[in-house]
Amino acid sequence: MATNAVAAVEFRGVTKAFGDLRVLEGVSLTIPTGRSLCILGRSGTGKSVTLKTIIGLIRPDAGTVLVGGRDITRLRGRELSEIRRGIGFLFQHAALFDSITVGENVAFPLRRHTKLDEPAIRERAGQLLAEVGLEREYDAMPDALSGGMRKRAGLARALALGPALLLADEPSAGLDPVTARDVDALLAGLRDAGQTTLVVVTHNIPSARTIGDELLFLDEGRVLARGSVESFDRSDVPLVREFMRSSGGG
Amino acid sequence: MRMLTFAGDWSMFSARAIRDAFRPPYELAETVRQIYEMGSRSVPLIAVSGFAVGIVLSMHTRASLERFGAEALIPAGLGIALVRETGPLTAGLLLSGRIGAGIGAELAAMKVTEQIDALEALAVDSFKFLVVTRVVACVIAVPILTTLMNFTGMLGGYVAETVRTGVPLGAYFDQAFSLVQFSDLIPSTLKTAVFGFIIASVGSYLGVNASGGTAGVGRASTHSVVLASMLLIAANVVLVRLIFFFYPA
Repeated sequence: MATNAVAAVEFRGVTKAFGDLRVLEGVSLTIPTGRSLCILGRSGTGKSVTLKTIIGLIRPDAGTVLVGGRDITRLRGRELSEIRRGIGFLFQHAALFDSITVGENVAFPLRRHTKLDEPAIRERAGQLLAEVGLEREYDAMPDALSGGMRKRAGLARALALGPALLLADEPSAGLDPVTARDVDALLAGLRDAGQTTLVVVTHNIPSARTIGDELLFLDEGRVLARGSVESFDRSDVPLVREFMRSSGGG
Repeated sequence: MRMLTFAGDWSMFSARAIRDAFRPPYELAETVRQIYEMGSRSVPLIAVSGFAVGIVLSMHTRASLERFGAEALIPAGLGIALVRETGPLTAGLLLSGRIGAGIGAELAAMKVTEQIDALEALAVDSFKFLVVTRVVACVIAVPILTTLMNFTGMLGGYVAETVRTGVPLGAYFDQAFSLVQFSDLIPSTLKTAVFGFIIASVGSYLGVNASGGTAGVGRASTHSVVLASMLLIAANVVLVRLIFFFYPA
């Protein structure tokens, strides 16, 4: 797997608290370009906050977050938008715009950030929906979809601009096993193409095994372990071992 | 203390909305869509309310003027009352309920379902896209809707009068506008642009700062109406004073 000199994402001593709750405590990590990292951990240990910090939706209290070598914590306005255009984000609950159709959700970033004409936008949005198995849902409203379908539509929207960095918050949660495997295969395909860096938060160990070049375990705001799937299976950290076993690993 | 915090934060929020309204990109398509949404969906409420207010106002005016044998002044009195105060204030209060609650609830729902974060993640300035467009749209839509309320109010007054006296439409409107001057019509209609600003900025502020799930959406909606109505009434006192300063009676 090719890696460039500049890391896709780099955390340097990132700390974040919400009131008295310390969510990230001096987290430092590097995600090489073109690689995939799956973040594991118990609920409420800062996994989603990590993703939102990468895209600048949450600003850390201390530390630096470099995305493509640029400190996103210092960027505002157009500079921040420029960086975000290269990032796809799949939210935990999809966060589809509920006043427009599923197709329009996927077309939204294309309309905002490309010069494609209307037929091309519709065609591209249709293709993206087909990739996640929702080709028939173009004109459906988001509230007519199941949770899993919404998640897939959110993934299609996140992929619309062909992001160099894809952040996915529990992409297979709420999906049936077959669809979850399809989504995992889609993400693994992106990883294998080498054009997209993946950072995936998941509780699903089979998904992590499929998608992740590396796994990272967060606990109480700190990196408890990081390594390959195999090293996690053999981990001597009890929590990691227990997590891998109880979630179908090992 | 909470009111002071609200006043400070809302003022900063409103100042940002004004500043960003003059900075590109202008989000014209979304602004036009908002004007259409606010305008078209408020027309029935404003038209029917204006008509009813016109009828009631006409009956009250008749009851008062009849005592002095001044029935001929009923259309003119109604015209002045509607255009100067009753139309703008009633429209403002109705729209703070109709539009303010809608903005508060919609943005609050978007906030708690992470749709506002999704906009930001898609490299869209959510403040401009959601707040500035609604504020600009409301500033434009409220004066237009107020004019509609004034017109339907006059129409209601005509119906009440013609049932009673058989006055023809043309004669009624001639009399109704006979005493209405520029200084009655334009300033009092334009002041509703300020009402529109208050309605949209309060609703947007409470919406984008909502928290606490569906209960938070309800709170944002209710508080939007209450606070916008209070601020609108307070602003009206200041604006009427200003109008009298620039256009003495």
